[in-house]
Amino acid sequence: MNFDDSVKYQKSHEWARKDGDLVVVGISDYAQDSLGDVVFVELPEVGATLKQGESFGVVESVKSASDLFMPVGGEIAEVNDSLSDTPETVNESPFGDGWMIKIKPTDVSEYDSLMSAADYEEYTKTLEEE
Amino acid sequence: MPFIGNTDSDRRRMLETLGLADAGELFTDIPEDVRYPDLDLPEPFAELEVLRETDRLAARNAASCGRLSFLGGGAYDHFVPSVVDYLASRGEFTTSYTPYQAEASQGTLQAIFEYQSMAAELLDIDVVNASQYDGATAFAEAAAMAVRAGRSGRRKLIVAEGTHPQYLEVLRGYLQATDVQIVEAGTADVAASRTDEETAAVLVQSPDFFGRVHDLRGIADRVHDAGALLVVHTDPIAAALFRPPGADGADIVSAEGQPLGIPLSYGGPYLGMLGCRQKLVRKMPGRIVGETVDTEGTRGFVLTLSTREQHIRREKATSNICTNQGLMALRAAIYMAAMGPRGMQQVARLSYENAHEAATRIDALPGFTVLPGLFFREFAVQTPVAAAEIVSAGDDAGISPGIDLGRFYPDRRDQLLVALTEQHTAADIEQLVTLLERWAR
Amino acid sequence: MTDSRPLPELLWEISSQGRSKPHLPRHSAGDGVGPPVELLRDAAPNLPEVSELEVVRHFTRLSQANFAIDTHFYPLGSCTMKYNPKVNERAASASGFTRHHPLEPEELSQGSLELMWRLQDLLERVSGFRRVSLQPAAGAQGELSGVLMIRRYHADRGDTARTKMLIPDSAHGTNPASVAMAGFDAVQIPSDEEGNADLEAVKAACGDDVAGIMITNPNTLGLFEAHIREIIDVVHECGGLVYGDGANLNAILGVLRPADLDIDVMHFNLHKTFSTPHGGGGPGAGPVGAGPRLADYLPGPIVVSGENDGGYRFEMPTQSIGRVKSFHGNFGVLVRAFTYILMHGGEGLRAIAENAVLNANYLRTRLAESLPTAYRRSCMHEFVTSGKIGEVETMDVAKRLLDYGYHAPTVYFPLIVKDALMIEPTEGETRETLDGFADALIAIVAEAGENPDLLHEAPHALPIRRLDEVKAARELVLCYRPS
Repeated sequence: MNFDDSVKYQKSHEWARKDGDLVVVGISDYAQDSLGDVVFVELPEVGATLKQGESFGVVESVKSASDLFMPVGGEIAEVNDSLSDTPETVNESPFGDGWMIKIKPTDVSEYDSLMSAADYEEYTKTLEEE
Repeated sequence: MPFIGNTDSDRRRMLETLGLADAGELFTDIPEDVRYPDLDLPEPFAELEVLRETDRLAARNAASCGRLSFLGGGAYDHFVPSVVDYLASRGEFTTSYTPYQAEASQGTLQAIFEYQSMAAELLDIDVVNASQYDGATAFAEAAAMAVRAGRSGRRKLIVAEGTHPQYLEVLRGYLQATDVQIVEAGTADVAASRTDEETAAVLVQSPDFFGRVHDLRGIADRVHDAGALLVVHTDPIAAALFRPPGADGADIVSAEGQPLGIPLSYGGPYLGMLGCRQKLVRKMPGRIVGETVDTEGTRGFVLTLSTREQHIRREKATSNICTNQGLMALRAAIYMAAMGPRGMQQVARLSYENAHEAATRIDALPGFTVLPGLFFREFAVQTPVAAAEIVSAGDDAGISPGIDLGRFYPDRRDQLLVALTEQHTAADIEQLVTLLERWAR
Repeated sequence: MTDSRPLPELLWEISSQGRSKPHLPRHSAGDGVGPPVELLRDAAPNLPEVSELEVVRHFTRLSQANFAIDTHFYPLGSCTMKYNPKVNERAASASGFTRHHPLEPEELSQGSLELMWRLQDLLERVSGFRRVSLQPAAGAQGELSGVLMIRRYHADRGDTARTKMLIPDSAHGTNPASVAMAGFDAVQIPSDEEGNADLEAVKAACGDDVAGIMITNPNTLGLFEAHIREIIDVVHECGGLVYGDGANLNAILGVLRPADLDIDVMHFNLHKTFSTPHGGGGPGAGPVGAGPRLADYLPGPIVVSGENDGGYRFEMPTQSIGRVKSFHGNFGVLVRAFTYILMHGGEGLRAIAENAVLNANYLRTRLAESLPTAYRRSCMHEFVTSGKIGEVETMDVAKRLLDYGYHAPTVYFPLIVKDALMIEPTEGETRETLDGFADALIAIVAEAGENPDLLHEAPHALPIRRLDEVKAARELVLCYRPS
């Protein structure tokens, strides 16, 4: 299991990475592994503005559908359109080509409130124990 | 205990395994004061007794003696080829359930896939699902789906005139807890011109409740230009002959599939057909079968897109539908396979011609006027007396001459809705005309 | 056993132009003039063209690729796959029913109306409800109707702040989906250690914003809700109403009338409890019964008996939520359920419940060591165990059962039992059948230890091997396209 330490995480398993003025968002390796084969990703329209914690889309495997939540609030600047044809990229490269959206954040400090890789890894261990 | 397999001695042995003396001990979780009520039901009937009873009831219906009928209004007496009953009554089809275990349900799955494919071809739309309950609920689900799939914030549906009144009731019933506004407009043309930035969709039925076929060319473009979706409710027999909804640019299509080999059966079970363009498929409710392969590359079929459905998505599902009308979809598939493309068109053509012959004859009777407009197999007639009087006289003559439209519209008490299919003959039409002649003046 | 020959081709793949010969009249009664050309299809629909013999062989072969109650033990939990008596089919096939048009006047429909009235009456006696509507086409539609009735009831009292509907976490997905369609927010109630809806959680959730609770009893764990009385009281005290999901009525037929617990509204699944065929997915029928608070809100029309002449007619309940489908319900299904109830009488119905519960407990006990249940209580008509054995998944066990000639139980439901395997044997099965199934499952558990790959790769004995659901969902081939 990869816990990429160049990004930050939240409990609903999205990661966020600063990229210039934007924040890139995807789901963690842990999340893609528990979902299984991703078959569909529903993403928002570019230009939409959403708050931190609001749902921006859905990621689906054959037997489950999980809402995706904004790790930071802001305007959707870009979405990864290639996922509509190749949703398996989320499984193959969750931190790379499997990214989902780029956000122009309204309040950059929200980014700082996210978990570090080490904290997130600890958190996932508590989930396993349940 | 007509259908219990175990004997008393089996039960004793099983109770022993459980360490119990009596089956009653299995129910001790149920509060004692309400346990084992007296149901006060009739004594059990033997098989021959129950059939005597149901046959007696069936014989009390007018339909029992092959009565001549011109009733339509959403249910049509098309001929059901012998192969449909024969094949669809096979226990392997009737006594299986939703194909949750695909490998053990390839018969149902492939048949539904073939139904989806034939229905999509007939309606000229990308995808048709495995069925809704009936035409009315397919129409209501199509409308709800249009609101979901439409531009966000749009909460108005414009329904063109001529929509089946019961379908409208069901639509209102389904959406009664939402803030969706349902507006009844005039013709499809008027509905299209009233499409505004609050309109999610325009809904049109063609052929409509009065049997009229509407020219929908150009309507879709106007509705789309206003940012809304076009929902067309049609009839599958009409769609074999007339321009199908997909050809006119409909985004979502619904239909009552009963004419496709499904008996009248006093209103159900019927078949709700629901289809849409590929890009909307994830907003569509209801089960869908998709093609895939097994581990050795052999083609097979599975339920797919399940994440839209209640058993996974729960309160976020596209609908609460679970049990559908699978056996009716199978009947439709067998019907279409038995008819083939020419048979489907021939049924439509014969129905059209019979209906027009009857209309011409009736229109020639002084005092009777067939209402204007191109129609398919059903038409409304202005009658010189209350339609109820004619229907009642028909009772005595052993004919059901049509539907008294006053039952649905208080201002149409002197209109009769008359339907014909390929089953009607020149002699049948003669009998109808003879009945109506009594009031000619 | 299921035929292991390969599956038939698609109809299009055996199609040949000119081969279909529909047996229709050549001429109409009319003049042969068709509709205006500009409104016609550009071309005939591209439907397959096959001979009648090919149609018969094709669909016969397809039928043979199904597991069904008529051919296999089918212990699909929560679906009550009981024997479907053939007398039901014969009763429903009378031409007086099949050719009966739904808009025929009431005077000419007295046979059908009497049957519906008597079925309403029978269901009222079985359930204790004041009135029953036969309108809904399936259980889920019954649920939607019931929840809309609750909504209308509160609205009529000006009590519009009630936005929440409580639903135990063991509920069928149709419950929260119906609640959402009816404009309520679903509030999930956890289960306690005994598998009951948690009474304390219900108490905590109750308030003047609660419209009611939807509760399935016995619940989907196959357990009778131990605190049902307290739960109903608590909900009523806060001003809410109680929806009883009748999906599992088979377990308590003749033993308990749900209305005696002061449940306000409930649907029946005629295709489960009253043996109408499941049809590969449907049709079902989902009549709704209501007690004094909600009887006037039932969907309609319902059948009433005339005062003097004894004639039957339709009537809309005074506060009805309206109609939920066209015409009068799935009438053909109603005939079958009517036939079934008449053949049983009160004692017969009670015997159904007793044998269904006995069969389930016998099977549960036979499997107690190999596949223990999640909750150590005696069960009602079904029980839930976990199908995960080491590295073997529940789905593997399900697929392996197919090799043994049994339809698999329900898998991965209810959601609150991890890797659930939900087994409902029904009353009609013999002890020998149950023993055979138990032996097969015990053998499979042994195989899981010895040769897990045998299970991972199952099924082996069917015309098709494990199907790729991921490919189906990613590539979405939803109708035939000529290659």
